[in-house]
Amino acid sequence: MDTLPVPVRVLPSIESPVYAFDPDRKQYYSTKILRYIVNSHSDSALRTIGITAVDLFIPILTYVFGEAQLDGKAAIVSGARLKQEYYGLKPDKRLYVERLFKELMHELGHTFGLTHCDLSYCVMHLSNNVIGIDKKTAAFCENHKDQLINKLKELEIPYGK
Amino acid sequence: MGSKPSIMIVDDEEIVRTSLSSWLLEDGYDVVPVESGKLALEALKKKSYDLMLVDLKMPEMDGLELMKEVKKFLPDLPVIIMTAYATVDTAVKAIKEGAFDYLMKPFDPEEISITIKKIMKQQMLEQENIFLRKELAKQFQFHQLYSKNKKMQEIFELIKNVAKTDVTILIHGETGTGKELIARALHAESLRKDKPFVPVSCASLTETLLESELFGHEKGAFTGASTMVKGMFEMADKGSIFLDEIGDISPKLQMDLLRVLETKEIVRIGSTQPIPVDVRVIAATNRDLGKAIANGTFREDLYYRLNVITIDIPPLREKPEDIPLLTEQLIEKVNIETGKSVKRVNEDAMALLMQYRWPGNIRELKNVIERSVVLAKEDIITLNEVGPCFGRNVKDGISSGGSADMSLDQMEKNHITSVLKNNNWNISTSAQILGIDRTTLYNKIKRYNLGEDNK
Repeated sequence: MDTLPVPVRVLPSIESPVYAFDPDRKQYYSTKILRYIVNSHSDSALRTIGITAVDLFIPILTYVFGEAQLDGKAAIVSGARLKQEYYGLKPDKRLYVERLFKELMHELGHTFGLTHCDLSYCVMHLSNNVIGIDKKTAAFCENHKDQLINKLKELEIPYGK
Repeated sequence: MGSKPSIMIVDDEEIVRTSLSSWLLEDGYDVVPVESGKLALEALKKKSYDLMLVDLKMPEMDGLELMKEVKKFLPDLPVIIMTAYATVDTAVKAIKEGAFDYLMKPFDPEEISITIKKIMKQQMLEQENIFLRKELAKQFQFHQLYSKNKKMQEIFELIKNVAKTDVTILIHGETGTGKELIARALHAESLRKDKPFVPVSCASLTETLLESELFGHEKGAFTGASTMVKGMFEMADKGSIFLDEIGDISPKLQMDLLRVLETKEIVRIGSTQPIPVDVRVIAATNRDLGKAIANGTFREDLYYRLNVITIDIPPLREKPEDIPLLTEQLIEKVNIETGKSVKRVNEDAMALLMQYRWPGNIRELKNVIERSVVLAKEDIITLNEVGPCFGRNVKDGISSGGSADMSLDQMEKNHITSVLKNNNWNISTSAQILGIDRTTLYNKIKRYNLGEDNK
């Protein structure tokens, strides 16, 4: 499991993003929420990432697990489809947290300019379902780790393991 | 395909362009979103793309119209049609008209991912295939010559063995078999490769002109000789001279040439001063010099001087296995010259090319391919393009075909008559189609006594 060498500040929860709700699709438009997060991003923070329980979509796709500004400041991750109960299975909190962590690292990776990886174990591998998320690890492959280190160097943040 | 595959998104809805772009950017693609068919066509002229995602319903030009336009000049560019209003009919129509796939909006993330990966893999395999075919062709390439034929491969070996010596070579082969290319290969393989290669077409000049051309002349040697001019032998000093159609030179020139070969000296017209020349002589002819010696039109001593080593090039009809290979190479060459992107000849057209007897040999094949590539409306050459090159007899499968007991001369006569008739006896056009020069055509018309009654 990889971590980023920066302190994490948890902001107070915000209200359900009703402004992003699409009554036809009964889902939330993730880009609208992302825009909200970008607008509330503080320059004292390196990145801001939102976590939501609602199901997200972008107009062209039926759903997304999350969305990030590529090489930007913010990202959003949804836990809706990461829970076992979404698929009619018994709740598994450990598995849910593990999946959520992987998706958070994945979207954060995008905010540092990383794109998808062909290696199935890399956290930057594109997973379109929970089986894919469970298959990959929470770590970056060598190549993506190097890219991340370089990006952090640009931002004058030393990378630790 | 570059390291970052490039995708163009064409959709009039900004929201679709933005969301699809950002999703594909995360996947590492280079993405260019445009809002209309017109802008898409403009963008395609500026850079190359690996894939187009096109919305079906757009104002002005819809997705299918755009795809049709794109396929005219980029037939291999895969297009995925996207629509929010999918029906089986439109899906079938899109695929029929050349779409790689048809996706309904919104897409399942897995579906679009797999479709794009499938396209990229196919593109990669196609490029690999092109690369491997080129590598394979190289195996059969010797300088500018291509052949799989055993006899030709033996000729290539012979060239390698004799090129480095200075022996005189006589190349024998029908018109259009590539005698000059063989001569050039000999020169390129020789130690003289960095020195001049001077080709002279002996049949195209009169005796006096050819003499002056070969040996040069002094100032005032004849009317109009206002300056001293070096001849081809002097120009080829330390290099090679290629005397094409040697069988057509006059008895006087045969004697002069014999003297040059014996003394390794030339004398300019209007001078008595011999000038030493160090030239490797490569001669060629399409005539039977043995016969010419027998009937006294060619000197036997010159023949033996020239004929230290003979290279006998088989005519194209004796190496049909080379037709696909040569066709492929010629298409590539003409594509570069004309800026077209013709890929290949289809099966029917190739069958015709394989059946035909090619009296004009590779030069005639070259002419047919050149004309077909220029005429081709699509990226594949069909009978529509190849057929007219052979005239009306194309329906019979073999242009100048005849019965099995017909002699070669009779076949040639029939073919020349057919080409002349189909081109209203236009000598230039007919000569070009036959792959021979106008003089040769006139000679053949005379020889076969073709004229008004054949019209």
